[in-house]
Amino acid sequence: MATVKKQFLNHNKLDKVFRVICVSAALLICLILAGVLVQLLYYALPAVKRFGFNFLVSSNWDPVNHIYGALPAITGTLLTTAIALLIAVPVSFIVAMYLVESASPYVSAPIGFALDLLAAVPSIIYGMWGLFVFIPFMQKLVRIMTGITFNGYGFLTSGIILALMILPFICAIMRDVFKMVPPVLKEAAFGAGATSWEVTCDINMKYGAGGLLGAIFLGLGRAVGETMAVLFVVGNIQAVPRSLLSSGTTIAATLANNFSEAEGILKSVLFELGLILLLISLAIQIVAQLWLNRVRKQMGEK
Amino acid sequence: MKRRGILFRKTLNTAVKFCSIFCVAAAVATLVWILYTVFRSGLQALSWSFFVEPTKPYGIEGGGIANALLGTLFITVGAVILSVPPGLLGGIYLSEFDRDSKLSRTIRFSANVMMGIPSILCGLFVYALLVYNTKHFSGLAGSLALAVIMFPVVLRTSEDMLRMVPNSLRESALALGTPRWIAVFTIVCRAARNGLLTGVLLAIARVGGETAPLLFTALWSDDWPFSFFSEPTANLTVTINEYATNSPFEVMHTRAWGAALIICIAILALNIFCRSILNYKRGN
Amino acid sequence: MKRMLIAGLAATAAMSSPSTSAATLNGAGASFPAPVYRIWTYNYKQASGAKVNYQSVGSGAGINQIKSKTVDFGASDKPLKKVELDQAGLIQFPMLMGGVVIVVNVPGIANNQLKLDGKTLADIFGGKIKKWNDPTIMKLNPGIKLPAMPVTVVHRSDGSGTTWIFTTYLSQVSSVWEKQVGSGKAVKWPVGIGGQKNPGIANNVKKIPGSIGYIEYTYAVESKIPTVQLKNKAGKFVKPNLNSFQAAGANADWKNAPGYYMVLTDKPGAATWPITGVTYILIHKEQRDIAKAKTLLKYFDWCYKEGAAVAARLQYVPIPKPVVEMVEKNWTREISANGKKVWQP
Repeated sequence: MATVKKQFLNHNKLDKVFRVICVSAALLICLILAGVLVQLLYYALPAVKRFGFNFLVSSNWDPVNHIYGALPAITGTLLTTAIALLIAVPVSFIVAMYLVESASPYVSAPIGFALDLLAAVPSIIYGMWGLFVFIPFMQKLVRIMTGITFNGYGFLTSGIILALMILPFICAIMRDVFKMVPPVLKEAAFGAGATSWEVTCDINMKYGAGGLLGAIFLGLGRAVGETMAVLFVVGNIQAVPRSLLSSGTTIAATLANNFSEAEGILKSVLFELGLILLLISLAIQIVAQLWLNRVRKQMGEK
Repeated sequence: MKRRGILFRKTLNTAVKFCSIFCVAAAVATLVWILYTVFRSGLQALSWSFFVEPTKPYGIEGGGIANALLGTLFITVGAVILSVPPGLLGGIYLSEFDRDSKLSRTIRFSANVMMGIPSILCGLFVYALLVYNTKHFSGLAGSLALAVIMFPVVLRTSEDMLRMVPNSLRESALALGTPRWIAVFTIVCRAARNGLLTGVLLAIARVGGETAPLLFTALWSDDWPFSFFSEPTANLTVTINEYATNSPFEVMHTRAWGAALIICIAILALNIFCRSILNYKRGN
Repeated sequence: MKRMLIAGLAATAAMSSPSTSAATLNGAGASFPAPVYRIWTYNYKQASGAKVNYQSVGSGAGINQIKSKTVDFGASDKPLKKVELDQAGLIQFPMLMGGVVIVVNVPGIANNQLKLDGKTLADIFGGKIKKWNDPTIMKLNPGIKLPAMPVTVVHRSDGSGTTWIFTTYLSQVSSVWEKQVGSGKAVKWPVGIGGQKNPGIANNVKKIPGSIGYIEYTYAVESKIPTVQLKNKAGKFVKPNLNSFQAAGANADWKNAPGYYMVLTDKPGAATWPITGVTYILIHKEQRDIAKAKTLLKYFDWCYKEGAAVAARLQYVPIPKPVVEMVEKNWTREISANGKKVWQP
């Protein structure tokens, strides 16, 4: 018996080692997340010390005198994201409703496929298309519709392109939410004489409110951090939005534009901007995940 | 429900239906518009020399994107090597060892949050970690930045795929006396290998088109990417960025479209391929 | 499995070896001379086998990178003052001269048709002239029909030596500009939208009707964007071309310029182009590796001698021979590696 035992590896120990390796790999995720946060904080500290809270509300971007303010970038991010959501959320809602309630499978399958393709297109393609095709189109469109001479660059253009990018994501999640509504509820409403639209409004939306909100938050998260598509078309000046057609910047675009040449306090300023962006998207992601977890629990229970 | 006339409700319903058809048509039309633009502008640039010659500066005849293609390949392979082992092992942990505890819920939550972080911040992270301290850009830093983005994706999809393996397989392996770690690799992973592969391919498709993280880490170059660990490395996406925005010359724009076309086709093909495998699995 | 491992290791070894024939030199900086630098690095590789890599990231980034030693040489259109050079342990020398030109996108206006002068230019970029049919512009251009379009100013959104050359000129010709904005690699532009590097402005001007911008001459010619005639210090309207750039550099006093710091804007002379500039190379006085330092200086020597033809073809003015000799004597004096002199005459 003793000789037989010696031939085997000590699998108990190996199993324990294996478990430790796997736990470490999994914990690496938390480590990286914490690491990004800590590192941005560390490098942003000089800028935080120099500019303090004023940084968040100042729009004075003066590279010659080394004075910087984040207001243009922050308001630019907020405005482009708001425009993107205002366009994408209702459209996704209507499209999701149509695909789940009204369309025949022969229609909804290829359209679902097309939406998935739209989600897969890399962001730099959106940027190039935006720069070379969409900007001249917007110049003409605005001139025809309002007579204003528009140079094509600005928040409106960026917002529309962002809306295109987040639409497939929001739509896909909304479709899943609508599909999860128990048919018995919908059929009861139809039986009582409700139209498709009323069923969607009163039944689907109320039942799937959590999931819908989660979808909106996920789209919001994607829009807030998008860099390349916005960089090409937003105009790249440090200016607070004056109108939909004015040019400006976003946090991500400011980072991409200035990082390679930044020195001294500007580098720290950029890290602080990155920190602000990280905090915003962390907040959005955490809220979205909490919502969706709650929704999944509800759906699971019911 | 408010009491409204039947005519009003029916009209509203039809109006919304028209609206929805219009929205769907607009979304599909935009996709077609974008793809059409990419194809029409990009096809002009494609030729045999486009694929075999390296990038050349403006003013020199010829020039293609061969070194950028190779560079993207190296960087992506590097990202896979860096992210798949920890992602897979982490997924194994969440699926085999610890499905539902505070720790695993925290890990899952962190992974989901990490997936939503803007990619430019991942590039910033690796810049500060590697480039700033070693004082040079490199393809390795680029791979690391992409790996940071891929890691949570691989982790979550591995976990989901491994969970789908029926418990009976695990139990029968353990009943035969197989040590846990051998059972996981030879039985469970093998059973889920299609799904695991699909997860990795989806992660690759996710980072294939990323530009912002590479801007701070790998930069780009006109050279062949053989000094991967110590020099800026040519890659497709940053080259497109260079040609489209850092060059006002028409011929460079055309080359940018050509490169864009290649990326678009590759990523869309990957997506379609993965989706068909997943649908097949679900159907099964 | 074993074969895959061996193949993998071999591939890694191949990828991690630096170029075997000669060290790769890395440089970064101004986009102003980038078209020439790129061709030079390509031709030099064909001629000698040594690889030189130039990233056009803007003068500001170039200065940063050479200061923090992430590259072997930096390139900037804004020269550093002697104090700053000594502090950072750098020397700088001029590589090329070129012209910053004004480009416009106005329907009906052809190349070199529009005439402007310094003060009007400052007022346009300062936001005081808002439409193209403004009386000031019309007075300078009798007989040309100017539309009532709003003017869109396009400037740089990154730190740029080209901006420094241009704003130095504007500060010289307009006291209002000097007081309100000043000169620098990046300034607080009163109006306009931003483009990244020279190509960024070129792209934007091309796309926006009614826009005006400032770029290096080659970019304007090769992208076929209409340029503008300017009134120089002598009161004559000149067209931007190699001759007018050369005229600006003709009387430059290089001997008495510490660190070769030279401003060529608004120079006298009937044929002078008023917004001419010099672009510089920056390298460290103390080099770490003598072989690499020798290759670096050999490359620049090649650029001065063999590269002049390419530069002229792209409408840049090569540095005159007497200045080149001065520069190379300075190399012998100033540059050393581990105590040994690098450049032997």
